[in-house]
Amino acid sequence: MNSNEFLHLITPFKDKVFRLAKRLLVSTEEAEDAAQEVMLKLWNKNQSLSEYQSVEALAMTMTRNYCLDQLKSKRASNLQIVHQNFTNRDPSLQQQLEDADALDWVSKIINNLPEQQKMIVQLRDIEQQEFSEIAKILEMNETAVRVALSRARKTIRENMTKTHSYGIG
Amino acid sequence: MELDKIEQLLEKYFEGETTLAEEQQLKNYFSSAVVASHLQQYQPLFGYYAVAAQEKPQQEFHLKSNQNQPLKWISIAASVVILLGVGFFAFNHFSAIEKPSSELGTYDDPQQAFEQTQKALAMLSKQVNVGIGSMQYVQQYENTKDQIFITE
Repeated sequence: MNSNEFLHLITPFKDKVFRLAKRLLVSTEEAEDAAQEVMLKLWNKNQSLSEYQSVEALAMTMTRNYCLDQLKSKRASNLQIVHQNFTNRDPSLQQQLEDADALDWVSKIINNLPEQQKMIVQLRDIEQQEFSEIAKILEMNETAVRVALSRARKTIRENMTKTHSYGIG
Repeated sequence: MELDKIEQLLEKYFEGETTLAEEQQLKNYFSSAVVASHLQQYQPLFGYYAVAAQEKPQQEFHLKSNQNQPLKWISIAASVVILLGVGFFAFNHFSAIEKPSSELGTYDDPQQAFEQTQKALAMLSKQVNVGIGSMQYVQQYENTKDQIFITE
């Protein structure tokens, strides 16, 4: 496979990879780096790519693993510069966030979910993928995906009704 | 679409039991202009999903690895350092050889060299004589001692 064919192959899902990475890593720059890294790994696998049923699913799984590794190594080090660290522990900050755009608020709620649920919401509600595909990407079974998705959606609803009943949102 | 159907779908949605098609119906409903007031709280949620699905990276993906770039620069930096090191060493080394010969002063003219050598030796022997001169007193003691204690 030459580089043109490869670029053509990854075009349908390269933005998806970026979005999943951004969901997990929060920062755009880090997500871009992660997407770049995953694509390079794919390119290096070039010869064995034809063995996989779905390159897209492979890419998504690689993205997930790469991002989780990144998060783990970041948490292990002393420097905690992840954006999600300055979230709404502080009520006044929460107030500020609530004043912001309602869509922004939704994204904050989603980013506060546990990583597993974040990825499932990203893949299902945003990328609109089938449960079977999600299960494959995340290496879970479908029932577990459904349960986690339901839990995530309910958490989002809870947080949204909270803000809605306070008259914001 | 009827409101009760939407409500039903929402219920199913939160249980994680909707199909992709049903979720699309919900998205369409919430993006439409008429949303029942008690359901408006969900509007941002579905609105966000639509917006988030459009997000794209700002920089295009490129195949040439970024990681090679630092390596290239490091190798350039390393070669500069090595060159500087060798140059510095050579500079010091060769000038160190030249320096003593210029500082000690050599003479091309043999006569002049002879005079300078004599001068240097004279200076040396003068200093030695100063040392010997001070030893004269010791000799005096020896003479006096011989006068007092006559030895066989």
